[in-house]
Amino acid sequence: MSVSLGTQTLSTHSGPTKVHVKDLSFWYGDFQALTGISVDIASKATTAFIGPSGCGKSTFLRCINRMNDLIPGTRAEGTMLIDNADIYGSGVDPVDLRRRVGMIFQQPNPFPQSIYDNVAYGPRLQGIRKRAELDSIVEDSLKRANLWKEVKDILGKNGLTLSGGQQQRLCIARVLAVQPEVLLMDEPCSAIDPTSVQKIEDLMSEIKETVTIVIVTHNMQQAARVSDFTAFFLQEFAGEPAELVEFGRTNELFTSPVDKRTEDYITGRFG
Amino acid sequence: MSQSHVPPQTGTLQLVSRSTYVKETLLKSLFFLCAFAFVVAVALIFVFVGWKAWPIVTEYGFWRFVSGGVWSSGSEQFGILPLIVGSFVVTLGALALGTPLAVGTAVFLSDVASPRVRSFVRPAVELLAGVPSVVYGFFGIILLRSIVARFTGTLGFGAFTAWIVLAIMIVPTIAALSEDALRSIPEGIREASYAMGATQWQTIYKVVVPAAKIGIIDAIILGMGRAIGETMAVLMVVGNAPVFPKGVFAPLSTMTSQIVMDMPYAVGLHRTALFAMAAMLFIFSMLLVATVRLSSRLGSRS
Amino acid sequence: MNKRITNKLALGVLWGAAILTVAVLGAVLLYVFVNGIRVISPTFIFTWPHGVNAEGGIWPTIVATVYVTALAMLISTPIAVLAAVYLAEYAHQGRVVSTIRFAADSLASVPSIVMGLFGFALFVEAMGMGLSMISAALALSLLMLPIIMRATEEAIRAVPKYMRWGSYGLGATKWQTVSRIVLPAAAPRIVTGVVLSAGRAVGETAVVLYTMGQAVNMPVTPLDSGRPMTVHLYLLAVEGINLPAAFGTALLLIVLILGFNLSARWILRHYRKV
Repeated sequence: MSVSLGTQTLSTHSGPTKVHVKDLSFWYGDFQALTGISVDIASKATTAFIGPSGCGKSTFLRCINRMNDLIPGTRAEGTMLIDNADIYGSGVDPVDLRRRVGMIFQQPNPFPQSIYDNVAYGPRLQGIRKRAELDSIVEDSLKRANLWKEVKDILGKNGLTLSGGQQQRLCIARVLAVQPEVLLMDEPCSAIDPTSVQKIEDLMSEIKETVTIVIVTHNMQQAARVSDFTAFFLQEFAGEPAELVEFGRTNELFTSPVDKRTEDYITGRFG
Repeated sequence: MSQSHVPPQTGTLQLVSRSTYVKETLLKSLFFLCAFAFVVAVALIFVFVGWKAWPIVTEYGFWRFVSGGVWSSGSEQFGILPLIVGSFVVTLGALALGTPLAVGTAVFLSDVASPRVRSFVRPAVELLAGVPSVVYGFFGIILLRSIVARFTGTLGFGAFTAWIVLAIMIVPTIAALSEDALRSIPEGIREASYAMGATQWQTIYKVVVPAAKIGIIDAIILGMGRAIGETMAVLMVVGNAPVFPKGVFAPLSTMTSQIVMDMPYAVGLHRTALFAMAAMLFIFSMLLVATVRLSSRLGSRS
Repeated sequence: MNKRITNKLALGVLWGAAILTVAVLGAVLLYVFVNGIRVISPTFIFTWPHGVNAEGGIWPTIVATVYVTALAMLISTPIAVLAAVYLAEYAHQGRVVSTIRFAADSLASVPSIVMGLFGFALFVEAMGMGLSMISAALALSLLMLPIIMRATEEAIRAVPKYMRWGSYGLGATKWQTVSRIVLPAAAPRIVTGVVLSAGRAVGETAVVLYTMGQAVNMPVTPLDSGRPMTVHLYLLAVEGINLPAAFGTALLLIVLILGFNLSARWILRHYRKV
């Protein structure tokens, strides 16, 4: 299966597709932010979105779990399927979608509650009440988020007392507790210390086996380190909608990009 | 060209669960009802007070009511002009006394006081805004009245005493609101003025106060609303003579004080007249609110 | 330079204004305090007034004041909080919202005598509840509603967007987000608003005069009448016979209200999590 950019094609993957996007365009009110985005995101792999700031990567990410619905005046056109189901179809419950497609934000945002309650929030939403069950979910999620060892004795402490990197991992544990199929990460490492970045990249490679990851990142080295596939977004002129310029296997895109604009970005001619 | 095949539309996503949808809609309706309760309450006040007041129009005559100069329940004469005049005399005098003091305090707090001084004075002003009117009235009737009486040889009831009591009462309200308006003016405006060589006072009266003009006027309007609607404090010092005030130290009456004086024994048309005054006070306060809202909206556009 | 002299003078005037304001207000409080403190004693607080001169204490009036205020808080808080939730979380700007806000502002500015007569016409007469705690509480809650609603709305808006997005991102519905994340985070400010509005209710006279009456009585059920402290002070003041009791009542009233206002501030400072 391959994706077109203009008249050129790049082979991508032959495995199953988790998220299939065709001709997606997006508007904030009258302003068109995205135009004609088409891409197939591979299942149980990590895909990175790179590109200069403000070019719609985060907007597109938020389309995948319909978080943009929370912003008044937004509109999406085109096709977006997850597991062959149209997520923008009529009658689809965005609440259920967001349970299956989790999101980590740029700024860690733990609730002003205990670490335990933060992680247990999602399961409790679904009606899980038994203490034993919650305990095991909390422990399991914190382990997967590479945070258990540091907090296992202070589960009752307020989540906001943790360091930035720990808070972000707490947010990851919180999302993992609802066992999403897709994890969307919007520049998750931009506001935290390098040690935590390392820990987060480590946990990403561990959960990759079970979760499809899409990560928006400014850091090309990070994209090269963690992702299997990379998509390059670009807003060529201010006021114009952004488009998906090139998409392919990470090592191919970084070593031999097809589009000149991709090459210019990767080699740092603009940022 | 693209080879991506269009997959069949088999849904694995859950559609909106009916029970959740119903629950969320019901909740939203409940919250809306709570919000709308405010509108219902105002409408109810309108209806009930208006209904009790209406006979004054049909049986007595609105114009006669409003422009009549004699209020004498014994002879069934309910001209409220002396009371209207009384209300305005008392209110305007209090505003004249209280506004400069209040705005001056507000300017002091926003532009002159150091943070330490402000941290003491502002809470003091706010706390004093909470002192009930009956306490101020008490202060007026026990202390102020006798002082005024000693100095003027009158009984001490009258417009003058009422001015002082009311002014003391509305100063915290006007001061707090004015200071909020002044503080919301960005610091940059002041800096620009200083940079041009202006002194602090020049900056205040040429730049800061004009910029906050609307907010300060709103504060004064709200203070006026409070003064006109004030009942207990005024009642205790005004002398309760429903006639045109003969002098600054002569007893008079306001609409609010007259209502309280007469209510215990008013019947029939007399009681209707009292409700009619209440209705007028209510309409007037709503007009003030509308004025403030309108001026804010116009101001924010300019 | 003339400029400098004017500046100094003007600043002096402003200092004078502030000092005068604080001094006058302080003088009123001091006057009440000095004269009232001699009267305060356990007897004064806990016994009944008796005789034509209201000798003795003011206990039933204290109970009446607290009772009616608590009842009014119970009635007004849920309605005002949920109304604020609607305005802050669900409503779209438009005619309806403007009307609601205008109504809230109007309600906040209703002269208390008008509210008193309205309460009398509706609760006491038309609804037949008579002069009672419940009539007074209903009338008082109308005055408290806009205060609590404004505080709650501000509190809800102060909760950061990214906190809500964290909740939505986990698959929570709007109500789950509001009830489990937003309202708990806004709680300190909401409580502050409730306490401040209670302070206002305690100080009301005209409203309760016409809905609760003035008979000295120990209220037990909401249908009982009673005499609150404010009305008691008013009657003592105009009769002028028992001034010490009047001062004592005034002092206790001020202490109660200042207590409410100070605790409101303390709650805000102490519990601010957001």
